[in-house]
Amino acid sequence: MLTPVLSAHWDEADSFSIDGYTRHRGYEALTKALATDPDALISLVKDSGLRGRGGAGFPTGMKWGFIPQGPEGQGAKPHYLVVNADESEPGTCKDVPFMLANPHALVEGVIIASYAIRANHAFIYIRGEVTHVVRRVQEAVQQAYAAGHLGKDIHGSGFDLELVVHAGAGAYICGEETALLDSLEGYRGQPRLRPPFPATHGLYACPTVVNNVESIASVPSIVLGGAEWFSSMGTEKSKGYTLYSLSGHVKKPGQYEAPLGITLRQLLDLAGGMREGRTLKFWTPGGSSTPLLTADHLDVPLDYEGVGEAGSMLGTKALQCFDDTTCVVRAVLRWTEFYAHESCGKCTPCREGTYWMVQILERMEGGTATEADIEILLDTCDNIFGRSFCALGDGATSPIVSGIKLFRDEFIQHINGGCPFDPVASTVFGGVKA
Amino acid sequence: MADQSTSLGMPATTVVPDGVAPLTDETRREAREIIARYPRSRSALLPMLHLVQSVQGYVSPAGIALCAEELELTKAEVGAVATFYTMYRRRPAGTYHVGVCTNTLCAVLGGDALFATAKEHLGIGNNETTADGTVSLEHIECNAACDYAPVVMVNWEFYDNQDPASLRSLLDGCQAGNPPAPTRGPSRLVSFKEMSRVLAGFNDGLGQEGVPAGPPSLVGLDIAKQRGDVAPSYPAASTSTEA
Repeated sequence: MLTPVLSAHWDEADSFSIDGYTRHRGYEALTKALATDPDALISLVKDSGLRGRGGAGFPTGMKWGFIPQGPEGQGAKPHYLVVNADESEPGTCKDVPFMLANPHALVEGVIIASYAIRANHAFIYIRGEVTHVVRRVQEAVQQAYAAGHLGKDIHGSGFDLELVVHAGAGAYICGEETALLDSLEGYRGQPRLRPPFPATHGLYACPTVVNNVESIASVPSIVLGGAEWFSSMGTEKSKGYTLYSLSGHVKKPGQYEAPLGITLRQLLDLAGGMREGRTLKFWTPGGSSTPLLTADHLDVPLDYEGVGEAGSMLGTKALQCFDDTTCVVRAVLRWTEFYAHESCGKCTPCREGTYWMVQILERMEGGTATEADIEILLDTCDNIFGRSFCALGDGATSPIVSGIKLFRDEFIQHINGGCPFDPVASTVFGGVKA
Repeated sequence: MADQSTSLGMPATTVVPDGVAPLTDETRREAREIIARYPRSRSALLPMLHLVQSVQGYVSPAGIALCAEELELTKAEVGAVATFYTMYRRRPAGTYHVGVCTNTLCAVLGGDALFATAKEHLGIGNNETTADGTVSLEHIECNAACDYAPVVMVNWEFYDNQDPASLRSLLDGCQAGNPPAPTRGPSRLVSFKEMSRVLAGFNDGLGQEGVPAGPPSLVGLDIAKQRGDVAPSYPAASTSTEA
């Protein structure tokens, strides 16, 4: 049921070192890739069915194929690979432990992907708030240079690659790929209007692939195992293995690497279920920007299609599970405060809408709202959704719209009598007074 | 000692407050080292601002001026970037900068109680620093460690699975200058300024210290091993390297 590939050796004391990685066939895929035609590598990744693990699920090989090649026009400009390691979506906690435990799989994936798209300069943009992860990736890159995997004429192939580890400075919006590019260029991280897309006009207006950490780190295994091996796992349109991150009121929160399409029921069975004496109230399939689901959705296949049909999105597979001690109004208010704080301010509906929704939800939690406020919230969401440059605004509406749809009675209860929940009961340290 | 170079009634821009180290020729040399890493100079701005914080503990007006000069930007252009990102501080951080996650999942699991504990124990509020300059405090957004909730960061190192008692002892350690080691990090907690150098791209060699993964990161792997679950092995034909 579980298929550890990326996480298979995290329990070894030196899993993050180049010795630990090469002991398990690390950098063998690089040797194989450098002896392969770059276009054949792009076809291989297309055939594997690998889809972007950063949330959107766009086919990775297709993204690589969009990069213009040849001596004319955009193709003649330098090409860049940028790894999005700005993991910040609430609930999402897979790339950070991955980079801590196995950074060389990412570095090897970067070299292979850069060779495939013909980039001689690559960047790993890591959120700044995880110092030890930055260290581990910096040192993995240093070790890879020392081993001749990076630099000029890599292993006599004639291929050159410089890899820079770049730390961000605290801005959720920089996980959005065009905001990330602006940030990497030294500007405020604000999304760009598309088209043109990064594939033709990305970093420094040059052809650029932006891929999530887990997507790139999956590439060496595809090169070694082949497209059929990778696509033997998963479902019809969602191929391969992936990291599911279970958190919240579950007995064993953590990382579970499984084929796409496993269900939350199966994962909860493995994790020992919800904590003692409590039941699942609501959960996010892929971070706070994906609409909430409930115990009615335990058997939804956790792949791109299955979660989509259930009215939500697979997102980053960040399964935040909340039990019946949790106040949904409090949860939704806190997420909305997050979006208001992180809105970059470029688009009016998102900037102003999130600000006002916080005010309304505060009234609701404080017991001074009216039933009309529910409709005002939904109307505001309607005016944000689809009306901003990027998906942050859309994401901000997800917890509110889904929360009201699933728990309208609880919102009304707050309006009529304030919050009925004891916040102490939902903590992991229970009755311990702060 | 007002800066005489400004004449528009604007606040002086290069005065160094008491107790803040000045930027030196060495800072400027390192800034140029950062610039050399990038195809275009302006890409160096974020790491350069981390470098300024590694010397001064915050992004000072002098630091903004240095970045502007080296990148041939205006101070307004640099200031506009510095104020966009929450990790750049406008006042000096404490030697130990404490962040308590109060995003939804951590908040519900105890982060709100922890933040209240920290404020009460230190006697300071959000975005404030203790009078002796040792500890600054803020509540933070999701730090990608939800399976370790509730989470506290000090100098952006992980202190996982906290409770009020463990947090109080962590804060006492910070105030006494001997904080416990991070749960997933090096064997010694480095200062805010030392940490900022790492973010500027000057590795401190501590990456090989500490655990590869904490217990929740290994939960799935452990269960897979108990059950005998493995990924399919690579097919024989494609395992031999062709090169």
